[in-house]
Amino acid sequence: MLVGVNHKTTPVEIREKLAFNQAKLEASLEELVSSPEIIENIILSTCNRVEIYARVENTDRGIQLLQDFICDYHSISRGNLDQYFYSFCDNQAVEHLFRVSSSLDSMVLGEAQILGQVKDAYSTARSFSSTGMVLNQLFEKAFNVAKKVREETGISERGVSISSAAVELAKKIFEDLENHSVMLVGTGEMAELAAKHLISYGVKTVYVASRTYERAAALAQTLNGCALDFEAFKEEMHKADIIITSTAAPTFIIQKEMMEKAIQKRKNKPIFLIDIAVPRDIAPEVNELENVYLYDIDDLQNVVNANMEERQKEAENAMDIIKHEVTKFNNWFSTLDAVPTIVEMRNRAEGMRKIEVEKNLKNMDHLSTDDKESIHLLTQSIVNKILHKPTINLKKKTQSQDGHIYLKAIRHLFHLDD
Amino acid sequence: MDKISFNIALFSYLLASFAYFVYLVYRRPLVSTVATGAVGLGLLFQTISIGIRSSLTGHGPYTTSYEIAMFLAWFMVVIYFLTEWKYKIKDLGAFVIPLVFLVMLVSVFLSKEAGLVPESEVRFWLTLHRTLSIIGFAAFSIAFAAGIMYLIQEHQVKTKKLGIMYFRMPSLEVLDDLNFKVITIGFPLFTLGFMTGSIWNTKMDQDFFSWDLARTMPLVMVWLIYGLVFFGRMATGLRGKKAAQGAILGFVAIIGTFFLHIL
Repeated sequence: MLVGVNHKTTPVEIREKLAFNQAKLEASLEELVSSPEIIENIILSTCNRVEIYARVENTDRGIQLLQDFICDYHSISRGNLDQYFYSFCDNQAVEHLFRVSSSLDSMVLGEAQILGQVKDAYSTARSFSSTGMVLNQLFEKAFNVAKKVREETGISERGVSISSAAVELAKKIFEDLENHSVMLVGTGEMAELAAKHLISYGVKTVYVASRTYERAAALAQTLNGCALDFEAFKEEMHKADIIITSTAAPTFIIQKEMMEKAIQKRKNKPIFLIDIAVPRDIAPEVNELENVYLYDIDDLQNVVNANMEERQKEAENAMDIIKHEVTKFNNWFSTLDAVPTIVEMRNRAEGMRKIEVEKNLKNMDHLSTDDKESIHLLTQSIVNKILHKPTINLKKKTQSQDGHIYLKAIRHLFHLDD
Repeated sequence: MDKISFNIALFSYLLASFAYFVYLVYRRPLVSTVATGAVGLGLLFQTISIGIRSSLTGHGPYTTSYEIAMFLAWFMVVIYFLTEWKYKIKDLGAFVIPLVFLVMLVSVFLSKEAGLVPESEVRFWLTLHRTLSIIGFAAFSIAFAAGIMYLIQEHQVKTKKLGIMYFRMPSLEVLDDLNFKVITIGFPLFTLGFMTGSIWNTKMDQDFFSWDLARTMPLVMVWLIYGLVFFGRMATGLRGKKAAQGAILGFVAIIGTFFLHIL
């Protein structure tokens, strides 16, 4: 089961207060595990959620305890926080974890960070021994599911930010960004961001042109590129494979004829134009030229929107995978329960006892009813004593790593599965 | 025996075509393995089939239309494997392997009789002519597939409607590079094939161009189209969309000549 708050239920000011930082995690995990109610626990604390996953003796008490713990630990009264908490048990808890790891519960669907965060939470808990067989299995399964979702659905395929959409396009035009160059015309924040993104994907040659030479020089410095005079950019334009424009010019600074000449100078090598400026810097007709690909800010936003829609659709496919895995996990989990096996074992023993006693009592008519009763009581007591230790130990073992082996052995040895 | 091998190869290519199409949409690793495996299997059995036939007829697979078709399909697969290995573009298969299957399918309907084998010296030129032409054709078929992929991708990026093909197709640069490399190899070979064909004709005591105009002209057209692409790229920066269109046009012309040839 799990208890927690996330960005959907809780505003950030409250979430901030409930976060567990790395240093205090050890103490928290150990404190929780020391409680008799809690068998295993893992704390997941990120900027968008705080959740505690636990295996507990009793669900209702467990929920109370965990919620109290979160509140007391951060010295906030329960009353204020009740409206924000959510809790899940059994199937729903498993499904929730799978959804979270696969980024279906994230602010940005399909984001890659959350899986790493869940993995960190898991390894921290493991290193402080606050987890056991069930949570280990659960979390490792969650990682597999997340990987499967990433690989088999398109959920993280398409860029959902302007910059990443731009980089995607660049990579679909030019295979290897390392051998290509980018030119910034104008020095806005967004252009800088896009340029940095491109650089992080391998672009090495950077030109920066601006009406204010000092600004161009400063940005060129940051990006490890070279600064150009604004008038010079027209002459040097053909050197760049990617051009990002973001000037404050009220009219177009790049016309179709200009681009035609540049493309000729490039011997028709393709060129990718990103026009972030509003009003636009590049005349739309430029896109009519062959081997020229012009995207303005609206175009990029459309790409982002379309990609986001696709991710939502893929989320449905992801849910199919997740639901399937939840069922598989629960099947495994139910085999851990010792109780049915113990009941069957005891019933089998009782059955045998009864048959043997009654068979023998038939030949002992000289005994009184009280004596016969004593014999029943005696034999019951013997059976109970014999099964007592095995029962206790079996229950204990199913809390540990290899519990299911013991269960299987008992079922096999007592021939419970015929 | 070679009939059985042939049929296994034919079926394998059909399976591979199907698998590649599925892989375009469902990116399961298993599908990709099935596709490549099926092509490999097809190639193996086709090699066996050609080998058996050659040992039966005593010469290589280049005397009858049937043999030429088989040889062509075989080369297409070999060149395809090389490009898949070098460029790692799995999706090229969805465009090339169906072509291979079609060529094999057409050859089912062609006569299986063995052809005449002329004496040695002429045979040398015939072998050379046919082999070079076939390698050229196979290369052009890859260029054709790459050209189609290029046009699809270019259209998506240009019109800004980025559908599933946008994500599946490789980059424009890779596709154009493939077009470049394949035609750079294929065109000279094809030209040599053309020339050795003429030499073969003279050896047969016939005119330089023994075929009638109806059969020769299309071949000249093909040569001109690919020549334009080949020289254009070097001299005038003809690339990208135009090169792709050229490769497609040239290939259509090839199909035309092939059909005229059989009829």
